[in-house]
Amino acid sequence: MNLDLRLDTSGDFYAQKFQPTKREDTLILNMGPQHPSTHGVLRIILEIDGEYIVRAQPVLGYIHRMHEKMAEVMSYPQYLPNPARTDYLHALAWGWAHVGAVERLMGLEVPERAEFIRVITCELNRINSHLLWWGAYLLDLGAFTPIMYAFDDREIIMDIMQRVTGSRLTYCYYRFGGVSGDIDDRFVSETREQCARMKERFKMYKALVTENFILRKRVEEIGEISVDTCRRYGATGPVLRGSGQEYDVRRAEPYSVYDRFDFNIPAYNDCDAMGRYLVRMDEMQESIKIIEQALDALPEGDFIHPKAPKRAKPPAGDVYFAVEGARGKIGMHLVSDGGKSAYRLKLRAPGFSNLSLFGEVSQGTLISDAVSILGSLDLVIPEIDR
Amino acid sequence: MIEAIPIQLVIMLVGLAATMAFVGLNAIVLVYLERKVAGFIHRRPGPYEVGPHGILQPFADGLKLVGKQIFTPKGADSFLYWLAPMISMAPAVVCFLVIPFGPHLQIINTNVGLVLILAFTGVNVLALCIAGWTSQNKYSLLGAARGVSQSVAYEIPLLLSVLPIIFLTGTFNLFDIATNQGSWPWQWFVVTQPLAFIIFFICALAETNRAPFDLPEAESELTAGFHTEYSGMGFALFFLSEYAYMVIAACVGAILFLGGFKGPIVDGWWWFLAKVYILLLIMIWIRWTFPRVRFDQLLNICWKWLIPLAILNLLITLLVIAL
Repeated sequence: MNLDLRLDTSGDFYAQKFQPTKREDTLILNMGPQHPSTHGVLRIILEIDGEYIVRAQPVLGYIHRMHEKMAEVMSYPQYLPNPARTDYLHALAWGWAHVGAVERLMGLEVPERAEFIRVITCELNRINSHLLWWGAYLLDLGAFTPIMYAFDDREIIMDIMQRVTGSRLTYCYYRFGGVSGDIDDRFVSETREQCARMKERFKMYKALVTENFILRKRVEEIGEISVDTCRRYGATGPVLRGSGQEYDVRRAEPYSVYDRFDFNIPAYNDCDAMGRYLVRMDEMQESIKIIEQALDALPEGDFIHPKAPKRAKPPAGDVYFAVEGARGKIGMHLVSDGGKSAYRLKLRAPGFSNLSLFGEVSQGTLISDAVSILGSLDLVIPEIDR
Repeated sequence: MIEAIPIQLVIMLVGLAATMAFVGLNAIVLVYLERKVAGFIHRRPGPYEVGPHGILQPFADGLKLVGKQIFTPKGADSFLYWLAPMISMAPAVVCFLVIPFGPHLQIINTNVGLVLILAFTGVNVLALCIAGWTSQNKYSLLGAARGVSQSVAYEIPLLLSVLPIIFLTGTFNLFDIATNQGSWPWQWFVVTQPLAFIIFFICALAETNRAPFDLPEAESELTAGFHTEYSGMGFALFFLSEYAYMVIAACVGAILFLGGFKGPIVDGWWWFLAKVYILLLIMIWIRWTFPRVRFDQLLNICWKWLIPLAILNLLITLLVIAL
C-alpha cells in the first residue's frame, strides 16, 4: 500500500504514473478517452497551470484489436478486410500496403489496368480522408458548418466508390494480383464529373474558410514542429511536409505506376498548423490531378492477374512494403515461414509517430491551441492502437 | 376583508407573468429558428419530423429535458449547484420589465431602465461562476474561470459604447431614448454612432456567450464548459437563460441604436419585434459561420481594440456635443 501522501491514489494506473508533479499549483486534467476533440478514444493526461499545458502525455490502447496477431492466425485472404479497419478513413492505402507486401514476396505481377484502378481509387479515398479531416478540424476550432459541406462532397465520392468496391468506408477492394472487380464507363464519367466539381469547391473553401481571419489566427504560428522534431519522432505525411520536407513515399520509393504521373509534393516551410492545413488542401488538388491523368491513360486489359492464386501462400522470407497514406507512410513488414498465414506482420502506423510528438510540441501552449495542434496532426485512433 | 390591492402590485405581477410567458415563447421560437437557420446554412432541412416542418421540435426538446433524471454529481454542494441555474434565469425575467415594446406597452417606465438591465445581466456571471465551482468538474471550473474573466473584460467596452447614447439623449430611460430617435432609419442612432453600435454588438455576443465568443462552453475544448454536469431542467434553465439574454441584448440594441418601436408609417411593437429578430438572426448567422476565437485573443480584442475605440468614440461624441 502506498502511504506517500503526495501521491493521489485516485485514478487509474496511467494517472498515478503521471502523478508526482514538481509543482503544487498545477491541475491534472484527463482529456479523453471520451472527449469531443480527441476523435475517438484517445486519452491525454495534461498537467495544466491555468490554461497553459505544463506536461502532456497521450495514453493509448483503448481500441487495440490485435490486428498484428490476427495476421498470424488468419490466412492471407482472410486477412484482406483487416487493414481497412485500422485506418478506416484511408482504408484502401492500408489494403494496398498489405496486398503489395504479399505480392512483392510472391513475385506476383499486377496487370497495368489494375495498377491504374488502384491509383484512381486510392486517390479518391485520399480526398475523402482529407475532406473529413478538414471538416473535423474546423469542428475542433468551433466552426460547425464546413463539415456539412465536406460531407456533401464525400457523399458523391462514396457513391462512386460503392458501385465498384461494394462498400462505402472500410473497403476491401484490392486482391493479390489485382482488384476484385473492374471499373466501368459510368465510374470513369462520374469520377471526371466529380473532379471538375471539386475544383470549383476548392475555390469556395479557400474563400470561405482558409482566408477567414479568425481561422488564420487560430492556426498560424500554432504548434510549430521543426523538421528535426519530425525526424526524431519519425513523423511522416502532411505533418512532415508541413515542416518543409518534401518527402512522399509516392516519390521517394515509387510503387505501382506513380512514377508515370506528373504531380507536385506540396510542402510549407512555416512548420505551423497552417502549414499542415495547406499541405492537405493542396494534396487534394494534386490527387485530382493524378486521377485525371490516370483516367486519361487508363489501359485496357485484365483487372486481376489471370493466374492469381486463390489461396496466396508466399514463400519463406521477409519483405517490407510502404505506401503513402493520407496520414503518412504506411509500412508493412511481412515475415513468412512459407505457411498459409504470416509468421509476423508488423504494421507501421503513421499516426502513432505523429501523435508521439504531441507531448513535446504542446508544452507551454493553451488548451485551445493543444486542440488545434491535435487536430492538425490528423489522428485516427484505431490506426494508432491497431 | 382584504384591503384594495395596490394597482402597482397588480401591474407588477401581471407584468412578471407576461414577461415569463414572453421569455418562454421567445425561447421556443428561437430554438426552432436557430435550428432551421443552421439547417439552411448547412444546406440540410433541419428539424423536419415533429409536426409540419418540425415546428413542434422545441416542445419535443422541452419534454425530453423535463423527463431527464435530475442528477447531482458526487461531492457537489447540492444547494449551490441547483441554485446556479435559477440565479441565471431569474434576472433575465426582471430585465424585460423595463423594456418598452411599444408606445403604450411597457410594464415599468423607470428613469434607470438601462442601468437596471446592465446591472441585472451582470448577475449571470455569478450563476456561471457558482455552476462551474460547485460542479466538482475540472472542465466546469475552467469554463467558469473563462466566463468570469470574459465578462469582466466585456462589461467595460459595453458600458463605454452605451455612454454616447446617454450623453446624446441625457437619460437612462429606455422609453425616452427610443422616442428621442425619429421614425426613419436615417434618424436612428446607428447612423450617428456606427462605431458604438459595432462595439455594442460584439460585446453583446461576448456577454451572452454566443459563438464566436462561446468560450465558457467551448464544446471542443471543455466538453460543455460550466454546464457539463447539469442534466434535465438544470441544463434547460441555462439554455433558456442563454436565449433570454440574447433577446435582452437584441432588445437593448434595437432600442439604443435602431429606434426601438419607432418605425416608418406607424410606430408600434411590430417594428420593435422585427428589429429584435433581425439582430437575433444576425447573431445566429454569425454563430454558424465563424470558428471560435482563442481565449487570449478574445481578451486582446477587448483590451487592445474595443476599449480604446470606445473611449475615442466617446470623446468625439462629447466634443461634438460641446461644440
